[in-house]
Amino acid sequence: MELTSSLQGLLGGVLIGISAVWLMASLGRVAGISGIVGTLITQRPRGDSAWRLAFLVGLVSGPLVLMLMGGGLGNVANQPGEVIGEPIGGVPLMLAAGLLVGLGTGLSSGCTSGHGVCGLARLSPRSMAATLTFLVAALFTVYFVRHVFGGGA
Amino acid sequence: MKNRYVTMAASYLAGLVFSLGLAVSGMTDPARVVGFLDVAGNWDPTLMFVLGGAVVTTFIGYRWVLKQPAPLLAGRFQLPSKQDLDAKLLGGAALFGVGWGLSGYCPGPAIASLGGVSLPLLAMLATMVLGWWIAKRVV
Repeated sequence: MELTSSLQGLLGGVLIGISAVWLMASLGRVAGISGIVGTLITQRPRGDSAWRLAFLVGLVSGPLVLMLMGGGLGNVANQPGEVIGEPIGGVPLMLAAGLLVGLGTGLSSGCTSGHGVCGLARLSPRSMAATLTFLVAALFTVYFVRHVFGGGA
Repeated sequence: MKNRYVTMAASYLAGLVFSLGLAVSGMTDPARVVGFLDVAGNWDPTLMFVLGGAVVTTFIGYRWVLKQPAPLLAGRFQLPSKQDLDAKLLGGAALFGVGWGLSGYCPGPAIASLGGVSLPLLAMLATMVLGWWIAKRVV
């Protein structure tokens, strides 16, 4: 079971990589979600929005395609057949988390995809520093939430 | 304007394959993501394989693509040009990491999970957009 999860992780990772390479090969753009979608919503750049919108529609449709296919390829923990997992927190926690994620990725010009995948693949020092920073911050956050405050979530 | 539609189709395809990757790998499950971040608990290695597979594939693909004179459907490659490791980069990344750890969602999976919409997810997406807006306008 654990092996299947890891193999699906690897397969999904390769698909993400293929998407990033394709977007660079076709449009010459970095596949960074916060940049593509954030710029679309906050700036609506004239002549530079259509491809962002098309990407956004594609980004929502992948899991829907898998669900229509019966969901067998989903990889939700302990729920075979599920494609999209439940949020782990209620509305107040998610409001706070969303603000931190939006503000943070906006300030640092990238998220897990832009810095973590495309930036690392370009060996960008900025992306390496950002990825190390958000990874360490996330590890500490989960440690405090689960093991210090004992939220258990 | 045939090229415009070809460009949008190419971009849609990139988004589709990206989110298929997120879903197949289990990144649309925040419990899996937090399971990876919980190194002191019942550690879930899946995300390591996702990131590894994505970075290695992109690294190899970029080597070849960026040797070409131009992209297929655009005039030039648009790569980030900033070099400085400043407070905005590191402070922003730290804030993002805290939000990621609290929710198990980074922007890609949060948006890709819209097909299984729930109130907490909508709440997060709303404040994420607000955060992007504040980062652009106020700071």
